[in-house]
Amino acid sequence: MSHLGKTFASRHGNVTALADINLDIADQQFITIVGASGCGKSTLLNLLAGFDTATSGEITVDGAPVAGPGPDRGVVFQQTALFPWLSVEENIAFGLTLRANRHKGSPAIVVERMLERTGLAAFRLRRPAELSGGMRQRAAIASVLAINPSTLLMDEPFGALDALTRSIMQDFLLEVWEEERKTALLVTHDIDEAIYLADRTVVMTAHPGRVREIIAVDLPRPRRYEMRSEKPFIALRDYVTGIVREEAIKGAMEIAA
Amino acid sequence: MGNGAGTRSGSAGVPPSPPLPRLRGRVGWGRSGRDARAPSTTGRSLALPAQYAVFPVALLVAWQVCAQIGFIRRNVLPAPTDVALVWYDLITGATDAAARYSGTWLDHAAASIWRVFAGFAWGIALGILAGLLIGLSRIMERVLDPTIQVLRNIPVTAWVPLSLVFFGIGNAPAVFLIGLGAFFPAAVNTTHGVRQINVTLTKAARMMGANERELLIRVILPGALPSIMTGVRLSMGIAWVLVVVAEILAVRSGLGYLLNDAYQFYRNDVMIAAMLSVGMLGFLSDRLVVFVRDHLLEWNRLETFSGQN
Repeated sequence: MSHLGKTFASRHGNVTALADINLDIADQQFITIVGASGCGKSTLLNLLAGFDTATSGEITVDGAPVAGPGPDRGVVFQQTALFPWLSVEENIAFGLTLRANRHKGSPAIVVERMLERTGLAAFRLRRPAELSGGMRQRAAIASVLAINPSTLLMDEPFGALDALTRSIMQDFLLEVWEEERKTALLVTHDIDEAIYLADRTVVMTAHPGRVREIIAVDLPRPRRYEMRSEKPFIALRDYVTGIVREEAIKGAMEIAA
Repeated sequence: MGNGAGTRSGSAGVPPSPPLPRLRGRVGWGRSGRDARAPSTTGRSLALPAQYAVFPVALLVAWQVCAQIGFIRRNVLPAPTDVALVWYDLITGATDAAARYSGTWLDHAAASIWRVFAGFAWGIALGILAGLLIGLSRIMERVLDPTIQVLRNIPVTAWVPLSLVFFGIGNAPAVFLIGLGAFFPAAVNTTHGVRQINVTLTKAARMMGANERELLIRVILPGALPSIMTGVRLSMGIAWVLVVVAEILAVRSGLGYLLNDAYQFYRNDVMIAAMLSVGMLGFLSDRLVVFVRDHLLEWNRLETFSGQN
């Protein structure tokens, strides 16, 4: 499978949010997109998800152009998308009980598997409001994985969590990803997160958003938390931080001018 | 009466603040907070009913005294005991204290209840439908919303003469007026409910492959339900206002008719008994709506106090 991202620009009141983005994502790769705020990284994800349409260029998934949202591309949102009136298990089953996913197997079996994998079995009957932020995001990830998408798109999924919970969730996400091996694309402004999770990290420029650099992250998998304080990781982080800071300052100057 | 009804329907569009917490002990303010600070269980179990009873009892005593000492003439303002005796006879027909009205209460109450629920039913059904259409479709919003916004500012009581001309004397104008009054709060609050649904939820449902029908039934309706129920509750309140108005003017049965007829015959005791009957039935109807709401929206209480939206 390949995402053939081509030239497109999305306009918000005649502001070019993205320009000439070219990106090729191989099957089962974990790609992270990092950049200063306002660089259009969320816009890019929205286009991939099909919530928005490109003003130029085209996106294809598995050779077919993207024409709206669909269950082949699962999206994990920053603001947890759980239905507050459903329990955890009903939320996880939601996708599978839709007509479009009838053929994907029995909701009961998938729900059991997901509850076990996410460690939420004891909380299956709770409502989202009765869960902590981390548990809520786990449940949201489980509900997306339940429909078995080929691609997982994540828009700052841990942005609303505290630092400790966030690092635990990153390990959780990696664990799930190692098992399910989906093509994953995660947007973040957290440079550590971007490197820790990725096979390749895309650094974006701002105003308009362009791909500044694609950095291969050659750290061994499975990743461990301790790697963050080891030399190769630190070198990568310093390098990426340098570029992102440069772009952020450039962006701020342009706005001032 | 007319002014009261007008003001109520006029302000029906403003969604009231969220329901009060029922999570005793979990929320540290209001009644539960005070309860928690009560010194002992026995002290609290004695004090609590007293707190509830003190004001109504004082009111009744004051009223009784005023009537007893002749501060207000007894035939103008009958004492609570007089009203109670008349009310008893109204219902049972046992003592003839209510004379020509003796034993008629049940028929009048049934007539009023039937009108309220008939009007309420069509009013909220159309109101919710209109609210959904306006909330979901930009085109329907342009088609329907301006008309609704203008019409809902006409007090429903102002429709009385026209509906009498149109429907004549009978049940029809009453049911029409009540339905009209119930329509607006249901429509406006449903629209509001549909619009305030978290966009992330509809996006997520679409992403998972929900079609339009599934989106409506499984995301939009449950998501809008808290607001819809707020509208339905307001509708029920207005229905009881309007049933009295309609029965005074348009029909020869029901508690409103009883009230007005007793007024014509200087039976102020019967009049007050009829007033209190309307209040009591209105209160019970409201409890019914609240009961249904709390049953449907158990999740919403958790939501309101967890700080998540």
